[in-house]
Amino acid sequence: MIAHQSASPGAGSVASGAADVKLACRGVWKLFGPGAESYLASQPKPNAAALAEAGLIGAVRDASVEVGEGEIFIIMGLSGSGKSTLLRCLSRLIEPTAGEIIFEGRNLLQASERELIEIRRHKMGMVFQHFALLPHLTVIENVAFPLSVQGVPREKRQARAQEMVDLVGLKGREKYYPRELSGGQQQRVGIARSLAVEPRIWFLDEPFSALDPLIRREMQSELMRLQSVLHKTIVFITHDFDEAIRLADRIAIMKDGEIIQIGTPEDLVTRPATDYVAEFTRDVQRAKVISARGLMQPLGADCDGRAVDGRVKIASFAAEIVATGRPFAVTDENGKPIGQVSPQSVIDLLAGREAAR
Amino acid sequence: MSVSAAIEPLRLPRSSVWPAIWIAALAATALLYLFPQLAPWAVEYPKDWIVPVAKWTGAAMLWIRTEFTWLTRALSAIGQVPLDFALDTLARGFKIGQGPEAIELPRLSWLGVVIAMGMIGWVLGGRGLAALAGGCFLYIALFGQWDSAMLTLGLIVICVPLCVITGLLIGIWGYRNPRIEKFFITPMLDVMQTMPTFAYLVPMLLLFGNKPVSAMMATGIFAVPPMVRATMLALQRVPQEIDDFGVMAGCTRAQKLWRVLLPAARPTLLVGLNQVIMLALNMVIISSMIGAGGLGYDVLLALRSLNVGAALEAGLAIVALAIALDRLSQAAARQRPVPQTGARFWERHPFLTAGVAILAVTTLASLAVPGLAKIPESLTISSGPIWKSMIDWVTQNFFDVIEAFRTWMLLNILNPIRDLMAGMPWLAAAGLIGLAGFQLGGLRLMLLVVPLTLFCAMTGLWDKTMATIYLCGISTVVAALIGIPLGVLASRSDRADRIITPIIDTLQTMPSFVFIIPTVMLFRVGDVTAMIAIVSFAVVPAIRYTNLGLRQVSPALIEAAKVSGCTRQQMFWRVQLPLALPEIMLGINQTILLALSMLIITAMIGTRDLGQEVFIALAKADAGRGLIAGLTVAFIGITADRLIGAWSRRARQRLGLA
Ligand SMILES: Nc1ncnc2c1ncn2[C@@H]1O[C@H](COP(=O)(O)OP(=O)(O)O)[C@@H](O)[C@H]1O
Ligand SMILES: [Mg+2]
Repeated sequence: MIAHQSASPGAGSVASGAADVKLACRGVWKLFGPGAESYLASQPKPNAAALAEAGLIGAVRDASVEVGEGEIFIIMGLSGSGKSTLLRCLSRLIEPTAGEIIFEGRNLLQASERELIEIRRHKMGMVFQHFALLPHLTVIENVAFPLSVQGVPREKRQARAQEMVDLVGLKGREKYYPRELSGGQQQRVGIARSLAVEPRIWFLDEPFSALDPLIRREMQSELMRLQSVLHKTIVFITHDFDEAIRLADRIAIMKDGEIIQIGTPEDLVTRPATDYVAEFTRDVQRAKVISARGLMQPLGADCDGRAVDGRVKIASFAAEIVATGRPFAVTDENGKPIGQVSPQSVIDLLAGREAAR
Repeated sequence: MSVSAAIEPLRLPRSSVWPAIWIAALAATALLYLFPQLAPWAVEYPKDWIVPVAKWTGAAMLWIRTEFTWLTRALSAIGQVPLDFALDTLARGFKIGQGPEAIELPRLSWLGVVIAMGMIGWVLGGRGLAALAGGCFLYIALFGQWDSAMLTLGLIVICVPLCVITGLLIGIWGYRNPRIEKFFITPMLDVMQTMPTFAYLVPMLLLFGNKPVSAMMATGIFAVPPMVRATMLALQRVPQEIDDFGVMAGCTRAQKLWRVLLPAARPTLLVGLNQVIMLALNMVIISSMIGAGGLGYDVLLALRSLNVGAALEAGLAIVALAIALDRLSQAAARQRPVPQTGARFWERHPFLTAGVAILAVTTLASLAVPGLAKIPESLTISSGPIWKSMIDWVTQNFFDVIEAFRTWMLLNILNPIRDLMAGMPWLAAAGLIGLAGFQLGGLRLMLLVVPLTLFCAMTGLWDKTMATIYLCGISTVVAALIGIPLGVLASRSDRADRIITPIIDTLQTMPSFVFIIPTVMLFRVGDVTAMIAIVSFAVVPAIRYTNLGLRQVSPALIEAAKVSGCTRQQMFWRVQLPLALPEIMLGINQTILLALSMLIITAMIGTRDLGQEVFIALAKADAGRGLIAGLTVAFIGITADRLIGAWSRRARQRLGLA
């Protein structure tokens, strides 16, 4: 595997076997240009220079990821790094040049056209950067459209679409046309539409990138709210690292078609695989990413009564610990103390000074 | 390495060599021109070298006609059904059965049609458009042109859906098969669009006879290309995301096409519809030469008998029809869907219901009230005499001025150039054109344009070709001399733009036929008249492309020029004009093509060029002669089009605009 896996256990693959793998891809390549297929067959695993020599664009190179049930998996990278291409391979909008896509245990690449249509009709939903609403349909008609192509009876699809419109908070605007809505509202329609078929997996390709920063934050909160109700398996693409950190369970970082690291936000911040990742994470507010466990030192004697869960972020108790001036105990899931956090290490973290590790 | 070595021998000469080559070629031409006795066969195409293509084509067409009578009969019978229905509905009234027992049903009442048009205008564009559309039709009724106008409209009503459906299907086929688009559809469209309108007339006349059906077929072929182009363009322009959405929603191929892509492409498709309607109108009018009848035929008859008043009356009715159809279809293209509420049909479509009701009521009432069936004589105004007296007044008072202008143009400009062109050695012309082709587009372009030029000589039509180039050439130059300054003016002043653009928009919607009428009135027949008619029809693209080209020059470049201290004058001549030149040349290219398409109409006033050749062939129903003359015109057009296109592309590349 070309992607560098973080050292911490259970970060690279699906979290500690707690959940099943919903969607996985192994060794996926997507090359653009004439003769891509035969070239890759003759020359497995070419590097960037070899591809350039052959006049091919290596949009995705040897990508392998596993997305667990109920997880928010974020693919993050600069524009042109191959995120959309990877997502389009995962949803089989395009054919990978090589590799496997495994959805719910079966290889999507072997599915027939007919089967794919069925899978898309019932199991997949997708949200697009520029909304991709149909201009000639009203809000409610747009939301009902995926049901309509399946042949769901009018009454039923109308009821379901209404439910979705209510869910995203657009009640009262059913009869509007997309052009009459603001960007944020249009994307709410896009979200409602993608959820109308109750998909098992939800693809979002930079869904908030076309929105103003304020609206973007609002929509991120909205997404978190929806996820707390729906518990979908989500593959989410963004070029905004703050957004990734806010939403992600795990993040895959892409550069020039390669996945260079997969891990939790904390992994990426504390253990960047390359300088490139480190550069990305440099301006992140660490206290919001790093958990108590990440700053933990062995249990000492001067710990007073206070204890925090190892999973909570430093930011949530930073003010307190600095005010108290004394270390807090860190406990595991069962409340058993496993270490402590000192005020000094929190102050260092807040000040941006890397503690010696 | 090996590839570039193989290309080496074909490499174009370096730019410094070209002036020398051109001087040599021009000198050789001049030599041949001045001393034809040096090589008489290279100057005048020898009679016994003429290949009788026209005869062969004529024979082939006759063979097709006799062998495929069943096919043409069948097509004609199939086409006749909807055509008769439309013509009966709008113009003739129905007659079911024969003899005295025949039941006669009335056509749609004129008043109902006028109101219905107003209502369509209302729905599409509000009160203003309602007044315009209703007004245009009322004008047609009041000025006594209703019967002819409805014949014309009936043909359009049938041709347009035919063209739209055919164009849509071909366009979809091309969109789905990029190879077919690239190697078959696009080249075909290119040829069809450089082909002048009238090239279609003769074969249709031969195959289908002097009947409205021929006009329908000719129009059907002529007006399809813009719809094909619009369809392919519209589908290609649908954002990738929308296409992806269609797939992810689980659409089948057909569902994606009909429920996602085509609706999303609607605005561009409707622009195509507008073009189809306007081209169909133009062609239906011209098709009066092969039996379409209607307004075009009225103009034709009036011009033949030099009845200027009647020609102008019918011409103005064409103008009214063109304006109404253009504005309505443009408004339809801008139209956006509005939510429909209500359970019943008439609640959801109130205007449609009301329109149909009004048509039905007025038409039924016309059974009892004759004034609703046919507009009463007492209401109509015959404008013919008014126009005639106006013209008489103008010619009486300005006869000297007009005549002096006409004679001066003829003696000092037209005739000398005509004589100059007449002596042009055919071999030298082919050589010069080939040289230009090679310089601009390499061997490939040369191998295209030289045979096209030789074709003109080989068919024995060289003299007529030169007469054509003379008339179109002068007209193009004059159109450029008028159009480019106007375009410059429009580009530099928004006020001028606001005046000029609507005028040229309207001019562009006019069928070519109407341009001949006022010029004939003022200048009578002859080359000057022909030239003025051509210029007034063909000047529009010169203005439009100049304006657009100049406005497209990047503001950053203009600012850079300002900062480096250019005066307004310098800015124009050194920055804007050179950068806009490729675009302007494309406008001139369009002007040439439009000029060529006017030839058949100017032939009515006695020119001596290829247009006349087609005109005579039409009268004699000589398909071979007409087709070959039409093809020759098309080849002139294609040669000019490819040379200018290649020049423009090269210029763009050189300027880094491509
Ligand atoms: N259809 C295509 N043909 C050729 N190159 C493509 C195509 N689609 C994407 N690419 C190239 O692949 C690379 C990755 O593109 P993309 O996946 O869209 O990046 P991202 O979504 O991360 O911005 C880019 O260099 C892009 O130019
Ligand atoms: Mg992208």
